[in-house]
Amino acid sequence: MEGKVNEEVFNTEKAEAMVKGLRERFREGKTKPYEWRVSQLKGIVKMIKEKEEEIMAALRADLAKPETESYLHEIFMSTSAAQFALKQLKSWMKPDKVPVEITTLPSTAKIVSEPLGVILVISAWNYPFLLSIDPVIGAIAAGNCVVLKPSEVSPATSALFAKILPEYVDNSCIKVVEGAIAETTALLEQQWDKIFYTGNGKVARIVMSAAAKHLTPVSLELGGKCPVVVDSDVNLKVAVKRIVVGKWGCNNGQACIAPDYIITTKSFAPKLVDALKTTLERFYGKDPHESADISRIVNLNHFKRLTDLLDDEMVSDKIVYGGKRDEKRLKIAPTLLLDVPRDSQIMKDEIFGPLLPIITVEKLEESYEIITSMTKPLAAYLFTKNKKLEEEFIRNISAGGMLINDIALHLANPHLPFGGVGESGIGAYHGKFSFDAFSHKKAVLSRWFLGEARARYPPYTENKQRMLRRVMNGSFVALILAVLGFPWN
Amino acid sequence: MAITNQEEREEERDEEMVALGLESVVSEARDTFEKGKTKGFEWRRDQLRALLRLLEEKEDEMFQVLNQDLGKHRVEAFRDEVGVLIKSVDHAVQGLKKWMTPESVVVPLVAFPSSAAIVSEPLGLVLVFSSWNFPIGLSLEPMIGAIAAGNAIVLKPSDLAPATSQFLHDNIPKYLDKEAIKVVQGGAQVAEKLLNLKWDKIFFTGSPKVGRIVMTAAAQHLTPVTLELGGKCPAIFDSFKGSRDKNVAVQRVFGGKWGPCAGQACIGIDYLLVEETYAQTLIESLKGVLKKFYTKPEYMARIINAQHFERINNFFQEKSVSSSIVHGGSVDPDKLFIEPTILLNPPLDSEIMTEEIFGPLLPIITVKKIEESIEFIKARPKPLVIYAFTHNETLKQRLTKETSSGSLIFNDAIVQYALDTIPFGGVGQSGFGGYHGKFSYYNFSHKKPVLRRSFLTEFSIRYPEWNEKKLQLLRHMYRFEYFGFVMCFLGLKTIGKWKITTG
Repeated sequence: MEGKVNEEVFNTEKAEAMVKGLRERFREGKTKPYEWRVSQLKGIVKMIKEKEEEIMAALRADLAKPETESYLHEIFMSTSAAQFALKQLKSWMKPDKVPVEITTLPSTAKIVSEPLGVILVISAWNYPFLLSIDPVIGAIAAGNCVVLKPSEVSPATSALFAKILPEYVDNSCIKVVEGAIAETTALLEQQWDKIFYTGNGKVARIVMSAAAKHLTPVSLELGGKCPVVVDSDVNLKVAVKRIVVGKWGCNNGQACIAPDYIITTKSFAPKLVDALKTTLERFYGKDPHESADISRIVNLNHFKRLTDLLDDEMVSDKIVYGGKRDEKRLKIAPTLLLDVPRDSQIMKDEIFGPLLPIITVEKLEESYEIITSMTKPLAAYLFTKNKKLEEEFIRNISAGGMLINDIALHLANPHLPFGGVGESGIGAYHGKFSFDAFSHKKAVLSRWFLGEARARYPPYTENKQRMLRRVMNGSFVALILAVLGFPWN
Repeated sequence: MAITNQEEREEERDEEMVALGLESVVSEARDTFEKGKTKGFEWRRDQLRALLRLLEEKEDEMFQVLNQDLGKHRVEAFRDEVGVLIKSVDHAVQGLKKWMTPESVVVPLVAFPSSAAIVSEPLGLVLVFSSWNFPIGLSLEPMIGAIAAGNAIVLKPSDLAPATSQFLHDNIPKYLDKEAIKVVQGGAQVAEKLLNLKWDKIFFTGSPKVGRIVMTAAAQHLTPVTLELGGKCPAIFDSFKGSRDKNVAVQRVFGGKWGPCAGQACIGIDYLLVEETYAQTLIESLKGVLKKFYTKPEYMARIINAQHFERINNFFQEKSVSSSIVHGGSVDPDKLFIEPTILLNPPLDSEIMTEEIFGPLLPIITVKKIEESIEFIKARPKPLVIYAFTHNETLKQRLTKETSSGSLIFNDAIVQYALDTIPFGGVGQSGFGGYHGKFSYYNFSHKKPVLRRSFLTEFSIRYPEWNEKKLQLLRHMYRFEYFGFVMCFLGLKTIGKWKITTG
């Protein structure tokens, strides 16, 4: 950012001009051909490969993200998404032939996917590379023009996008706009064909209200308090490893699908806490602040937010592990809290950090009431070998996605839709769902001239009504008669 | 008449009462959902069957209220509303089990053993706003989807069709589960109060102006919405060589314009595009068809109310518009009747060509060559439907590729409404979200991915402490290079020029 020439602020006029230009490019048909989409996706794959070091460096600067996390969660996932799209694109773009029914015979029908037009992608700071490029990949695969607004809270990655993306893709159709509230507001005032937002519920409401003015559809990928219910009848060692890596191995808990809190039985809690402590020490050492394998807190704002949660007198005496913090280095150690009160702040807000409260109940069935008393989360997790418990959990809990006996993996499967429900969001993406998210499914019906059903037209008579009734009821005889022109009156 | 303080206070109290009454109705429906009553297969199937009984047993009454509110003839009412609904309920009852079955999903070998499925679950409590022009159809069609998907429902029919609204209010509780499915009557005020409450989905059919209000209210609760709006649906009429196909096409244009509710239909043909050399042929044919079919005034619905009558009548106020009338043009304000009217080339900047007509006026716009229609349509907001009557395959392909609309229909009009295998909905200014058939089911469902893993296999390379070897193994694994993975695991192979950079 240093050494850059001071540019004018990206204001409403600039936003309007940008959208207008993109709409013209779109109208010219530039982004629709298969070849264009393929070349852009290939460009992105090339960019990730050639710029891997710069990307890792930006992630390190923004989040102190460990190399392996950066590779696995951002580099690999992004490349994977682009390559999956490249492989599947031809089949995604093919119209879907569908059967016709008696009411429209004779005719043929199909569903054609077409691009929506000009898309705005607003991304988040915690997986700043992935959450920017993944939706952009979907928008391109579907044949749209795109404007990407990366998060200003991860400035190194944002600047990197602004620098390298134009070098690898068609700059006339794919743009990056950096900035914060002012720039985002200018963008939100424009008319888009779709807005894809990843972030929190408060800003999501602003985005959706802005979209409402233009009747623009939105996808909102938000968060929530992802619960983990742990049964006593599990392979504790494996379960705990998965929980730990799902929580602190995902950007130190600053992830929308990271476990937010645990529910387990009073009798099992001590064993669980011990196992967690052992595993945490094994992965991150006696002093996690010195471990290179864990991200830091993104900025002072969030650091203070998290320490406030810890210093809340309702919970400060419930800490059973960790709690150490270092404001200068923006580090908070993995922290476990046991039996925090349900009405404490840490149980109301999405934590988005390295704190893990554990709630205990007499029987696991009580966990349903706890979970359903809160808003629907992005993900819900259950560790158990009990099939009945599994089925009840799936049936009774509504969440964006659900995993049994593991954490977070569902987002790595491109055949599963990734998105929220209720407060955790609207819409889904990944794999073909990304393509669909940025497409309009246009029904195309082609009727023949042969066969005119007079029964459709006035003068309306009882005979005609009877005929229509029989056709609607699926009578082929009636259809044939109708097509032949009966009744005459 | 000045409103006194006393009257003001009474009004406020009435409003509070209405609000409280609404809140308790809505919260009862929500409680019913929370108890799980609507989720089971039997409940959904039974409700759909009950709906079918309503449609069959109350047919005469439905014809009566539709005639009262809109002057619809019973055959039109059956063809466009009742008959279509019967078909839709049958389709839903047949499809229900399949729709409710979780979808198995591919899982990459590297995650073995595990299984993945997509489970559809109801969103919860849904709000359906319907419109006045197909007041039964547009109320019950979304409800079929919401019921099939296992939701509790509050329906607010349009107050502009009061007899129908009353019919729905009285009869739905007689046939359907009145603890889970509620009908609330009222106008804009009631709508506003409903919009302040929290819903899991809002399904709105109506105008873009109100659509904005609905979506803005929904944004406060992050409620997903479906907006079924309208627009100016163009119909391209190509020049036909013979008269046989032309005659069929013209009949279908009639059916697409004046058939459904006297042109007051979101998918009705708004205006025609034709080559200037063919325009007269088309006009003469249209006149002929009108004479043949439209033999009695009762065969066409009337205009819904005085306000809309004025709105449509006002189109004639511009001289350049009224002078372009080539057929019809007479009006009867007392009977809320406007004659089927054809206009030739009214000015493109006149209101009749910039606003959705939603009435029995049919402007015909001429172009030099029929292909120019494409640019004409592209320059305007995306409509709910584009119609084209043509044999020209190239033109059809160009329309498919170059234009965008909710749907695209060749050589007929309106019939797409009755086809369950295609999604029905708009794009851009004509709305978003689609329904009908299984699309209705998905519209009111959340598709929840469920991934199950076993404790059996464990890859230690997933976990810290991180080192280069683990990373290389992961690279292999994620590329599904099983051979490479094994080699690397055994220490026989390394890949990648990955350097550890110091930060």
